[in-house]
Amino acid sequence: MLLQISEPGMSAAPHQHRLAVGIDLGTTNSLVATVRSGSPVCLPDENGRALLPSVVHYAGDKTVTVGHAAQARQNQDPANTVVSVKRFMGRGLHDVADAATPYRFVDEPGMLKLQTVAGIKSPVEVSADILTTLKARAEASLGGELVGAVITVPAYFDDAQRQATKDAAMLAGINVLRLLNEPTAAAIAYGLDNAAEGTYVIYDLGGGTFDVSILELTRGVFEVRATSGDSQLGGDDFDHRLHCWILEQAGLSQLNDRDTRLLLTKARQAKETLTDHERTQITARLSDETLVDVELTAGVFQQITAHLVQKTIAPLRRALRDARLGVDDIKGVVLVGGATRMPHVRHAVAELFGREPLTNLDPDKVVALGAAMQADVLAGNKGDDDWLLLDVIPLSLGLETMGGLVEKVIPRNSTIPTARAQEFTTFKDGQTAMAVHVLQGERELVSDCRSLARFELRGIPPMVAGAARIRVTFQVDADGLLSVSAREQSTGIEASIMVKPSYGLSDDEIGRMLRESMQHAEGDMHARKLGEARVEAESILAATRAALQLDGDLLSHDERADVEAALTSTDAAIAGHDADAVRLAAEALNEATSEFAARRMDRAVSRGLSGQKINEL
Amino acid sequence: MTFDFSLPHFALFGLPTTFALDRNVLDAAYRKLQAEYHPDRFAAADDAQKRLSLQIATQVNQGYQALKSPLARARYLLQLNGVDTQEETNTAMPVDFLMQQMEWREAIGDAKAARHGDALEALAVEIAAATQTQIAELGQLLDQQQDWLAAAAAVRKLRFLEKLAEEVDDAIDVVMF
Repeated sequence: MLLQISEPGMSAAPHQHRLAVGIDLGTTNSLVATVRSGSPVCLPDENGRALLPSVVHYAGDKTVTVGHAAQARQNQDPANTVVSVKRFMGRGLHDVADAATPYRFVDEPGMLKLQTVAGIKSPVEVSADILTTLKARAEASLGGELVGAVITVPAYFDDAQRQATKDAAMLAGINVLRLLNEPTAAAIAYGLDNAAEGTYVIYDLGGGTFDVSILELTRGVFEVRATSGDSQLGGDDFDHRLHCWILEQAGLSQLNDRDTRLLLTKARQAKETLTDHERTQITARLSDETLVDVELTAGVFQQITAHLVQKTIAPLRRALRDARLGVDDIKGVVLVGGATRMPHVRHAVAELFGREPLTNLDPDKVVALGAAMQADVLAGNKGDDDWLLLDVIPLSLGLETMGGLVEKVIPRNSTIPTARAQEFTTFKDGQTAMAVHVLQGERELVSDCRSLARFELRGIPPMVAGAARIRVTFQVDADGLLSVSAREQSTGIEASIMVKPSYGLSDDEIGRMLRESMQHAEGDMHARKLGEARVEAESILAATRAALQLDGDLLSHDERADVEAALTSTDAAIAGHDADAVRLAAEALNEATSEFAARRMDRAVSRGLSGQKINEL
Repeated sequence: MTFDFSLPHFALFGLPTTFALDRNVLDAAYRKLQAEYHPDRFAAADDAQKRLSLQIATQVNQGYQALKSPLARARYLLQLNGVDTQEETNTAMPVDFLMQQMEWREAIGDAKAARHGDALEALAVEIAAATQTQIAELGQLLDQQQDWLAAAAAVRKLRFLEKLAEEVDDAIDVVMF
C-alpha cells in the first residue's frame, strides 16, 4: 500500500517565533528556560536568581508566597510552608505515611491533601502555585503569551504522578506540549551544547529521585538506549541520614515539628558546606533552649551516607545490561541534580567508569535547558540545527496467560512509538470469551506486576481448545500512551481499550519490583515451571477423562484401574508445589494411556472405514 | 512524503536480504528514517498527518528491532522463507549440545553458591564466545547453504545460549551487587 501525504509544515501557515518554555518542576528547586536566538537560557527573577525554591507558604489572610520568601518562613511556620511537594504528587496517604513531615494530611481517595491556615490544599494546587510564578516570570521576560511548555518529570514517575503534573499545569493556565523525562532533557542540553557524539550516561540524583539513562548521540539524533532508577533515593535522604546522626551525637530523641525542620535545614546546609570544605560546625538552639553543637567532617559524612551512594550502582548496572553495553563503551558520564555536587558521589561515579564525570553544565540548570530545547521543537520553531529525540518505555508491558503468569509483549526500554502483536488461543473446548489483562512490570507472576487494564473479547465461535487464533496488539505512541486491541482471526471480531496509565506504577512500587525481580529471579523461574507443568498436566487429565467416557469399554478392568491410578496421582501432584513431580506424573499418565490411545486410533479408523464421521469421535 | 508499508524490513533500510549485515549502514538508515517520519516532526501538523507519522515511525522501529539483533534477524529471514523456528515446541537438541548446557548450568550454580564473582565473569566470557561461534554458523547456514531447517535448529541453539547468558548476568548481579 502506498500512501501520500503533504510535506511536513506545508499545512501550517508561515509562522513567527512562538514563545515556548521548558520547566523543571523540581523537588527542591524549579526553573524556567527558553530558546533565544538558537540558544537555551534560564530566565531569572527580578533579582537575577534562576532557581526558584519549590516552597509555597500559605498565610491566614490567603496570601500565597512562593520561592525564597516562602523558604524564609519555613522555620517559623513549618505547618503552613509546603516544601518538597513533588513527593506528594499523585500519591495517597498510605504512600507517604512514614515520611517525617510537619504537615497535617487529609486522606482523600486518589491523592492526599494538606491542611493549611488558608484551607485544604491539594499537591496539584501547590505545584500550580509554583508553576504560576514561573509562567508569570517567563511572560514578563519574553513579553508575550506562551503557546506552551515542556515540563520535566523523573523517568520513573507513574501515570498518576504524570497526570497530577499535567493537572497542575492546567490549573496554572499552561498548555503542556509534552512531559519529558529529566535525564533525557539533560542529555539534550549537554549533547547540543557540546556537539557530543557517542554513548553517554546521565546520572541524575535529584532531591527526591534517582534516574539513570544511557543515550547514544549521533548527528543530532538522541537515542535513549536504556533507563533505570530508584524512585526512593535523593538528596533528601542524605539530609535525613545526617539529621539522625545529629540526634545521636547530641543525645536527643523525639523533637517537635519546628525543631525537626530546623535540624533538617542545618543538615542540608552542612551537606552543602562539605562540598568544598573538609569540616563544618552544626549549631542550633532548639525551642526548649537546648544547644546543639556538633562538628562534622567530610570523612564522617561519607561514611554515614556510603550506603546511599552504593544504592545508585545497581540501577546503573541494570541500564548498562539492558543497553548491552560495558563500562568501556561509555564516552562520558553527565552529572545532573544538585545532589551530584557531593564529592563522594562524584568519586563513586568516577571510580565505576574509570574517568572523571562531566560537569561543565550547571547540574541545577541542565534539565530546564533541555526542556526548553524540546519545547522549541514541539512549538513548531524548527531551527537550522535539526535534532530528534527517540525515547523508550521504562517498564515492560505484557498480558496475563494461563496459570497466573505474565507474557511480556513489549519489553522495557523499547523505543517508542512501537507496536507488537502476539497470538493466543483458547484453553477450553467451546470457549467463547477471552479475558485480556494488561500488566506492567518485570516479574513473571501476575500478582507481582501492576495491573493496568482488563477487557474481554466476546463472541469467539465455539471451537475445540487451541483452535481459535486471537491476535492481541499493543501500540505505544510517542507520548508513551498504550492502547491494546484483541481480534479473533477467523471471524474478525474485535475488542480494544485505550490504557491511559502507561506508567501506572507508583515509584515506590517500581523500585520495589525492580529490586525484587533480581532477588526473586529464581523463585519466579520455579513458579513459572510449576505453572507450565500444571497447565500441561491438566490438559492431559482432561483429554484422558474425555477418552475414558467415550471409549472406556476398550480397556479391561485391570487396565482401567491402572489408568485411574495414574489419574489420581496426577491430580495429587498438581495439588502440590513440585514442578518435577507434576511433570513426572503427567509422563506416567501418558505412558499408562499409550495402549489405550492406540486402540482408540484403531477404532476410529475402522469406524471411518464403515462410513462414520471422524469428527463425531 | 510517501511510504510503502508493504516493504520488507531489509528493503526499508536499503539492505540486502542476508544475515550478514553492516550495522553502521542499518543504524544510519534507521536514524535517517526516524528523522524524517518521527511524530515530533509533525508536532504542528494536522491529525491525519500525525496519525500517519505514528504508523510509519512504529513500522520503522519494528523493522529496526527485527534486524538489529542476530537472533531476531535470523528469525525474520526464516519467516520470509516460510520456516517456523519452532522455538516453543521443538526442544530436541543434539546430545553434546545438551551436555554442554548442563555443564554450564551446573558451573553457574556452583559459582553462585560459592559466591565466586570471577568464576561467573569467566563463564560469561566463555558463553559469549560460544554465542559468537553459533552466530557465525547461523550465518553460514542462512547465507551460504540456505539450509533453512538447519538454520532453524541453529536459532533454537542460539536462544538457549542467550538464556544462559542472562542466567550468568543475573547470577553476577546477585553475587556482586
